[in-house]
Formats: sequence, C-alpha cells, structure tokens
Amino acid sequence: MATSATHLLKDELDIVIPTIRNLDFLEMWRPFFEPYHLIIVQDGDPSKIIKVPDGFDYELYNRNDINKILGPKASCISFKDSACRCFGYMVSKKKYIFTIDDDCFVAKDPSGKEVNALAQHIKNLLCPSTPNFFNTLYDPFREGADFVRGYPFSLREGVPTAVSHGLWMNIPDYDAPTQLVKPLERNTRYVDAVLTIPKGTLFPMCGMNLAFDRDLIGPAMYFGLMGDGQPIGRYDDMWAGWCIKVICDHMGLGVKTGLPYIWHSKASNPFVNLKKEYHGIFWQEEIIPFFQAATLSKDCTTIQKCYIELSKQVKEKLGKIDPYFVKLSDAMVTWIEAWDELNPAKDSGKK
Amino acid sequence: MSQISINHDEVDIVIGALQLDLKSFMEEWRPVFSQFHLIIVKDPDLKGELEIPAGFNFNLYTKSDIDGVVGSSSNAISFSGYSCRYFGYLMSRKKYIICIDDDCIPARDSAGNFVDAVAQHITNLSTPATPFFFNTLYDPFCKGADFVRGYPFSLRSGVDCGLSCGLWLNLADLDAPTQALKPELRNTRYVDAVLTVPARTMMPVSGINIGFNRELVGPALLPAFRLAKEGNLRWETVEDIWTGMCVKVVCDQLRLGVKSGLPYVWRKERGDAIESLKKEWEGVKLMEDVVPFFQSLRLSTSAATAEDCLSEIAAGVKEQLAPTNPVFARAAETMVEWVKLWKRVQTQ
Repeated sequence: MATSATHLLKDELDIVIPTIRNLDFLEMWRPFFEPYHLIIVQDGDPSKIIKVPDGFDYELYNRNDINKILGPKASCISFKDSACRCFGYMVSKKKYIFTIDDDCFVAKDPSGKEVNALAQHIKNLLCPSTPNFFNTLYDPFREGADFVRGYPFSLREGVPTAVSHGLWMNIPDYDAPTQLVKPLERNTRYVDAVLTIPKGTLFPMCGMNLAFDRDLIGPAMYFGLMGDGQPIGRYDDMWAGWCIKVICDHMGLGVKTGLPYIWHSKASNPFVNLKKEYHGIFWQEEIIPFFQAATLSKDCTTIQKCYIELSKQVKEKLGKIDPYFVKLSDAMVTWIEAWDELNPAKDSGKK
Repeated sequence: MSQISINHDEVDIVIGALQLDLKSFMEEWRPVFSQFHLIIVKDPDLKGELEIPAGFNFNLYTKSDIDGVVGSSSNAISFSGYSCRYFGYLMSRKKYIICIDDDCIPARDSAGNFVDAVAQHITNLSTPATPFFFNTLYDPFCKGADFVRGYPFSLRSGVDCGLSCGLWLNLADLDAPTQALKPELRNTRYVDAVLTVPARTMMPVSGINIGFNRELVGPALLPAFRLAKEGNLRWETVEDIWTGMCVKVVCDQLRLGVKSGLPYVWRKERGDAIESLKKEWEGVKLMEDVVPFFQSLRLSTSAATAEDCLSEIAAGVKEQLAPTNPVFARAAETMVEWVKLWKRVQTQ
C-alpha cells in the first residue's frame, strides 16, 4: 500500500497506551506510530518516571494527574490494572482510538512482511460492517472478496464500524486455567480474515490490540473497576466488550474481529492471573446470560443513554450476585458524568 | 488442521451428476473418494450414459430409480439439476454425508499441500461446535487453539455439529451480478480457520462444498426452492441458499452447530455470469423476502426433531411468503411432501 495510507488519519487518531514499566516496545513500532499522537496512562507509582522514546508526540498522565483532572470522579478509574487506560479514551480529543499493550510487538504475516497493525485497524474502521447477515467469505469489502450468492442486496451497504478487535500471535489471550494447563501453547496460525461479529452475538473483547471510533462508541468503552481494592482483575476489557456489543447491536453499529495480528511477547504469571480472575470465572456464568438477554429501550438514542440504562440493569440484576456490581454500576454512571464533563456535546442532535 | 481417525463406514459421498463425463472430476478426487462409498445420482433430465472411471465403490441412481422410489410425490418434488443430489441423501443410511459439486477439484493450501476436503468436513462434523458465544480464536478444538479469556466455562463443551460449510478458491460462490461486474475477481485468499456460525445468525449456505450429519439434520437438506428459470449453473439457482436457511433454523432450534470455513475446494471456470444474469435476477430479488422471513422465524418449543421443524417452517412459508409469489407456495408444498417421503423411505 502507498505510504500515505500508513499515515492515514494521523490528525484524527490517538494511540492510548497503559504502562507501569517502560515504553521500550515503541522503538519497534516507530515507523508505524511516530506520526501519531500518543496518550500514555501511567499506572502504579506516580513518582516513577516513565521514559518515552525520543521523537514521539505524547501526553502522559499518572495517578496524580487523573485525580487532579477528575477530582472525586477519579474513583471510577482503576488503579494497579491496565483498565486505567480508559482514562486515555476520555481525555482524547480525537475521533479514533487505537490501544495497545506495552508487551505487544510488530507481527509478521506468512510472507515475512511486517504487519502494520494500525493501518489495518484504520481500514477496518473506515469500511462498513455487516452484522445483519453472515458473509461466508468474511469481510466483503476487503480487496479480493465480495458478498456471496444469496446475500441480499438491501443489506450490502452495511453499517458503520464502531470497533476493530485485533488478534495475537505467539502468546494467545488465554485465561489462567488454560495457561496453567497449556503453558507452552503458542498461537502460530495466521488467519487471514476480518469478519463482523453478528448482531445478537457476544464475544470476549481483548484490550491488547483494539481500535474504535470514539464518536460512535467512546462513552461505552469504560473498562470497569479492577485491580487495587477490587475483588476482580483481568475482566476490564471483557466488561467493556459485553457492554459495547449490546449497545452496538441496539444502535446499529458494527464490531469487527480478526486482522490485524500483533506479536504478544509476554505471558503473565498464571498463578497471579488466577487470583485476579478467580471471581470473574464464576461471575461470568451469570454476567453473560445477563448481557445476552439485555435489551435497551427505544428512548436510548445516544451511547450515554444506553450506558446509563445498562448501568441500572446491572445494579438491579447483577447486584444480587455481589455488592461489587452495585459499586460497578455506580462507577458506570460516574464514568458517563466524567466523560460528558470532559467532552461537552458539540451539538444537541447527536446520532 | 488436526486429523481425527475417520470411520469410513460412517460416510457416504454423494455426487450429483449434472454432466455425463465424471472422469476428470473423479480422477482428481480419487485419493480421497476411493476410500469411501459413493452415491452417484444422475440428473434425471440428463440424457445419455454417465462415464465413471473404474476403482470406485459406488451406487448409481438414475431417473427410473428416482421415479420408482418417489412415486406419486414426483409431481411435487423435482430432482432435476442440482436437486438430484437430494435423492442421494434420501438413499443414504450413513451418519455423515459429504457433497461437492462436480466442477470442483481438490484445492491446495498455502503451503501447497493437497486439501482432503472430506477429512476436513468429517473433522468439523465430529468435533463440537460453539454457537452460543463467539470464540475470537475461531475453532477452539483445533490443535494449537483453545477458548480465549472471557469464554464462559459452562459453554466450553460445545454442542454437536449438524452442518459443515466449506469454501472455494478460484471461482468463489458469488452471484451473477457480482461476478458480471467483476469478471476478473478470483478468490485467492486461503483463510486457515473453521468457525461456528453463532446461534440465530442467518447465513447463505452454498451447496457447492458441504458435509452434514444425516442422523441429526438429514431431512432438512431438501429440494424445495425452485426458480422459474432455474438452470444448471449455480448462478442460476438459489435452492441451496433456501435449504441452508432451513438447516440453520433447524440447528438453532435443536441446539446444534453450523460451521463455516475450511475445507476449500478449487472451483473451475464454467459458464458466463452475464448470460446467467438474465435468469438469476429472480433469485436475487426473492432473497430480499427470504432472508427477513428466516431471520424472524420462531419455532414452537415442541418442535423437537428436524421433521417437526420443517413442518413448522413450511407452514410459516405458506402463510407469510406464499401469498407474495407462487415460488414460495410451491416450496411450502414441496417441503411437506419431502418430509412425508423422507419418513416413508427412512423407515423402510
């Protein structure tokens, strides 16, 4: 592809990176990321200095900054968990967000060529999705593909794409029990497809390699209460994924998954993970049926309204499982309040 | 993909012969087909003798066999053209049926290896499907893959797979308008994945390269949706698309899975999309009504077998679609006749 495509949307997209260690990984991404603005969300000890490699244009927020900017509302932003990254979504002023973990590197496709993950996410977001009928040849808008015989023409325009969910070579995104049983398993299969997740179908959204249209879905991308002081961790992106999918289905927006791949280098400690995920593994058995059955009323015409309504349902239906969900539903409301404060509506007739 | 051990006695390969010369087709598939029992059904409209190479274990059915078995139902059910294969399904007593169009030959994967499409279909059919929650790493039962973080444990045993839908390299199964608009478009992308199509998600099932569990969903693979100007090129039909939606509805109702993806076959050049366009507009237009109908279809909780489901689907078609076009009225009638025929033949 032409180099202009590599720097597409450079003034319209922010790259949000949560980190607690360092940003050395950016060196490998430099050819692809340098033209873009970075928002670094520093988790953990705010007195630690995180060095950003030279040449990158960035803003960095540590816990003190988050507390200063949000005041009491900072309670909705997690501490000691990469869930804090959603603060970056909130303070961004751009239309698109790409978020990536600091242990994710550039992958190679089967021909040995380096994968420009950001460019692929942008392609995914700029092309329509097709959630209303499954195309067996995957993304029909990709070069070399199309809609198959039997696909109604009235559905071929597709809907706007709100989220692009990428995948991982090498260390796959397994939960702790699976990691313990298969510590050596590596993902070596490069599946050359992008596909739309059908309407009415939920999926486990991983935040390691994710992009979205902030204007379309931003307020729903809250990564929940995780980490320090919370009974659960490593479910931040899952929670956001269930919420955004219900809302996208309601609002007629699309979610894609598949390409691009990144190379995930670091397997976190499965015993540590097990402790964090422990409650989640049990709770998800009830959370998922909740989201599968969740419906939003016709009055929910904005993402914020959808999200507030969802938060009420969370309190009412999941509050019985554990008081954590009552706290979480309140945090969901706080998040929306903070979002609206930092992102005042430009016009009243928002889609 | 992982190879499981296949019990050859459980498999029939059904070949619908729409052309007399089956030699090159069967020679290409010999390494695979020679291991299995074949059911060859000659299109009843085809005149002349079929040319079948030696060294295959097969049963051949022609027009006289069809007339003999089907008898009085033959007025309602047509086995012409692509529909001749359904007679083969009717005659089979095996657990798994694989069916590949006679203009498709084995494909090669990205490494250049011969793709055994039959083995892949059987693998798909004999490993669980996961229709209730989407796994982002595709088939979790495939070697080297698993369920991802966030996948509920209670859903990890999966359900039986009823239908396996393969894909096509070279000439993809596009409709005539699309192929006519992009005459040079060929599918060269080998996507190394099998995935379960989620429950309640409808899809266009192409009949070109499929496998199914006859014991679970057999009667749902039926000849019913015949266009007025149906022809002998896939561009001139949508019968498989209709059938596929029936199968998907049945699978969703019976909590079975439908998989899509591997295996690929190589589909040879045949016909002219622009010529077919003249015939196929009808099918393309009808899909506009067909898809919303199937998407909104809800069967009663008492529909517990494929036959029950089909009867309810037929009733729905008769009530909602038949008034709009005689094609639908005929489809509903044919479905009812087929279920009767299936029950009669299967109990013999």
